Amino acid sequence: MTQVTVKHLWKEFGKQVVLENVNLHIADHEFVTIVGASGCGKTTFLRMLLGIESPSRGSFLIDGQPLADEPGPDRGIVFQRYSLFPHLTVMKNLMLGLELRDARLFGRLFGASRRRALDKARELLEAVGLQSAADKYPAQLSGGMQQRLSIAQSVIREPKILLLDEPFGALDPGITADMHALIIKLWNIHKMTIFMVTHDLKESFALGTRLLVFDKVRVDPQSPERFGATITFNIPLKGHRSSP
Amino acid sequence: MRRLINQRPGRGGAVMLSLLPFVLVLCTYLVYSHARLLENPGDKLLPAPSTIASTLHRYAFEEDERSGDYLFWTDTVASLERLTAALAVSAVLGLSLGLAIGVVPYVRATLAPFVAALSLIPPLAILPILFIVVGLGELAKITLIVIGVTPVIVRDLAMRTAELPAEQIIKAQTLGASSWQLVIRVVLPQLWPRLIDVLRLTLGSAWLFLIAAEAIASTEGLGYRIFLVRRYLAMDVILPYVAWITLLAFSMDLLLRVVRAKAFGWAAQQ
Repeated sequence: MTQVTVKHLWKEFGKQVVLENVNLHIADHEFVTIVGASGCGKTTFLRMLLGIESPSRGSFLIDGQPLADEPGPDRGIVFQRYSLFPHLTVMKNLMLGLELRDARLFGRLFGASRRRALDKARELLEAVGLQSAADKYPAQLSGGMQQRLSIAQSVIREPKILLLDEPFGALDPGITADMHALIIKLWNIHKMTIFMVTHDLKESFALGTRLLVFDKVRVDPQSPERFGATITFNIPLKGHRSSP
Repeated sequence: MRRLINQRPGRGGAVMLSLLPFVLVLCTYLVYSHARLLENPGDKLLPAPSTIASTLHRYAFEEDERSGDYLFWTDTVASLERLTAALAVSAVLGLSLGLAIGVVPYVRATLAPFVAALSLIPPLAILPILFIVVGLGELAKITLIVIGVTPVIVRDLAMRTAELPAEQIIKAQTLGASSWQLVIRVVLPQLWPRLIDVLRLTLGSAWLFLIAAEAIASTEGLGYRIFLVRRYLAMDVILPYVAWITLLAFSMDLLLRVVRAKAFGWAAQQ
């Protein structure tokens, strides 16, 4: 069970107010989609969830505990690009998460524990349809395949929360339908909470169980940096939650 | 007629064109050498190929009367030993410092400005200090190369580390990587090919420092020999030695390039 609670959250960079008075409660196993104009703080919100940006005021709680101020294995991330490790094959990219968990000193597994990790990685590789590319390097994959791998890589540590930062923004429109099916499948298998930033309104309605719209309520034409954005709409959606 | 920038030589044409400057230089030498020797058979400035060949044969395959050494080979071994030792030390130092500066903000804040300042000291200017402190032995020559080359490697590798996409570093942390694991599984493996690149780039200055150190204080070595025979205008020794040094440098560069391509295939696709 993972509950995310945001209370009176403000984020300022110097004089510029990015987010003001954000309040939110997200129950377990939600698929939250986040939309908003560019520069309205949705990515900043995601970066705070990730732990690479800290709130100026207010609090970010996961299950009642304040969020750690650096990234950790409880929160997975899929960026738009660049998050694969170019020196590792597809299989080794996937296994890395398990190796880092189980081999604290050298980050490499051997023998029986390595075979267990391989089995688990292979299983996930099949789930994302990349089994035939196991020995390729990321640079040899198409954009869609790279994102499948990136998603699988983030899921293998079974994070409580999965963050997606415009994960399909750089892909051909033809591929995104497959990617949507994949992310819904993994979300239902692993029962994590997903936060997904997107600029595609249709996508946000199609995938989410909850849609958040970030926008500025007040605008000062003389100094646009004076007021920040907040959540203007918080809409429950049908989503694709599989019945237990 | 296509634009000049769109006209490309064929495969054979490219090979011919690449050989052309070499052949031209060689021909020019032969013509002038011949002309000077016709005028004065004792001319030492542009010796005939036959003279160079016989001198080289004497240096490479006949024992030196005084020392009993095959001078060409003892010189080569002495120089290569110094060069490889210095490059190995520089690579280890450069990699560990560059990595630490690139990854750990506290180390960067402490050492980056210091290394930047060090790299601006002309190494030859502190050669006398080296001779005074560590004497005229091998250590001084190796240290000179290390001092000349290491700051470049450190700065380059620190920069390459900083160039790794932030997304990668963050992703590794969300996979549970500690700082140490991040270094050995994510950063270091990606720095190996860059280390080879920067070693290739510094090879030229490493040779420069080697020759300089040997010219000033040494009893054998390629640089020592060149500067020794200069007194006798022995171009028949200097010219083949320079060609040999060039060939050695070229081979080392080629070797590094092949190792990079073979061992780090993933880096070639980027």
